[in-house]
Amino acid sequence: MTEAPAISRSSVVKLARGVRLRKDAVRGQLVLLAPERAMALDETAVRIVQALDGERTLYRIADDFAAEFEAPAEEIANDITIFIQQLAARRMLDFAE
Amino acid sequence: MSKPISYAVSHATRVPPPMAMLAELTHRCPLACPYCSNPIELTRAEEELSTGEWIGVFEQAAKLGVLHLHLSGGEPAARRDLVELTKAAASFGLYTNLITSGVGLTEARIAGLSDAGLDHVQLSLQGVSREGADRISGYRGGYDRKMAVASWVTAAGIPLTVNAVCHRQNMDQIDDMIDLAIGLKARRIEIATVQFHGWAERNKAALLPTRPQVERATNTVAEARRKYEGTIEIDYVPADYHSSYPKACMGGWGRVGLNVTPSGRVLPCHAAETIPSLSFENVRDGSLARIWYESDAFNSYRGDAWMPELCRSCERKNVDFGGCRCRAMALAGDASATDPVCVRSPLRDGLTEDTDRLLALSSADLVFRGR
Repeated sequence: MTEAPAISRSSVVKLARGVRLRKDAVRGQLVLLAPERAMALDETAVRIVQALDGERTLYRIADDFAAEFEAPAEEIANDITIFIQQLAARRMLDFAE
Repeated sequence: MSKPISYAVSHATRVPPPMAMLAELTHRCPLACPYCSNPIELTRAEEELSTGEWIGVFEQAAKLGVLHLHLSGGEPAARRDLVELTKAAASFGLYTNLITSGVGLTEARIAGLSDAGLDHVQLSLQGVSREGADRISGYRGGYDRKMAVASWVTAAGIPLTVNAVCHRQNMDQIDDMIDLAIGLKARRIEIATVQFHGWAERNKAALLPTRPQVERATNTVAEARRKYEGTIEIDYVPADYHSSYPKACMGGWGRVGLNVTPSGRVLPCHAAETIPSLSFENVRDGSLARIWYESDAFNSYRGDAWMPELCRSCERKNVDFGGCRCRAMALAGDASATDPVCVRSPLRDGLTEDTDRLLALSSADLVFRGR
């Protein structure tokens, strides 16, 4: 895995070391922790983060969600890409070749 | 889908749990930085909390709602039990961040920290050249050690942030700092302008950046952020004295974070002990939760009841929470005064004049800590 800035639907990513999803029992939420950063994620974001397995492309993940939620893959892929771009800009992801 | 965790202030009486804790494991440090933010009076080694006491504090912090634990100092690597402390903190689910000069770390020790579950390392840089950096840190060989430590940290897979304190003498090298950080494979760089607390106050004349320097730095950072997006994240803390409004110091007094000193005193910020009217409780005597929610020191500047009318009637109180209480103490002689950095403070013009006077000095000698 190497780091690269450009995100496309064919990107394959996973959370970088030092970035992790954790249950925050005190506040009753799931948080994504990174250096100097804590992000409260909603249910959708949690599902996306959990799907970043370093194996599937973002489009494949969107496709799998589309089947599960009976929603258009195109729209889901857009949402995922926008969210993933934010994480990538903050160096929170590792990229597969 | 995501948002930084923050809390509305409309319910001023409702105190949120703390997000972050800075554990000042020790005040011992081999460096002699002229802008050291630790207090003038340092805690002696024999007064430091024991391994067991620190672990107890970490466990309390996790239960209280702390997510990020910053292991700091002094130089935290001066603690022989650093790996053990890190392992315990990680076992409580805390996000562990080591804030270090690098001095005292070896390749083997970094491997130990990595195995213990250390999440992140912040490595300080005092300059971009061996000569310049070692002059500021007062520690010969420090720069070379930092270069080695950076390579061990990234080789171990631990994410690295470079901390660069900037001031009058290096403010024009921000480009080089960013390049160096990228070369060291850092994911983040924090470029923070020196803040004038503790030892730094003595060296204000030599360290205060000029206005043109600050303007250039702002542009440099904006340009670098565009250029290096996705390569390195750049955090920049601009100079207070040249701003029109104060920052939300500590994210607001007693709102986001707390500090524990080497001997266990619990502070709302690392400079809070400069406010003589406050007394601070110790984790040796009471629980962290009680101190956070109920102690006078933490409640003194929460909400807006303590504010002068000028601030209480100002809409920015929900942005900066009144700014910095320690600066109000230092410059206005009253910790409840409007932060003198604010353009609405009656002291702002005087601060600008004093700043101009300091900037007009052609040279000033640095007084190194402990030398």
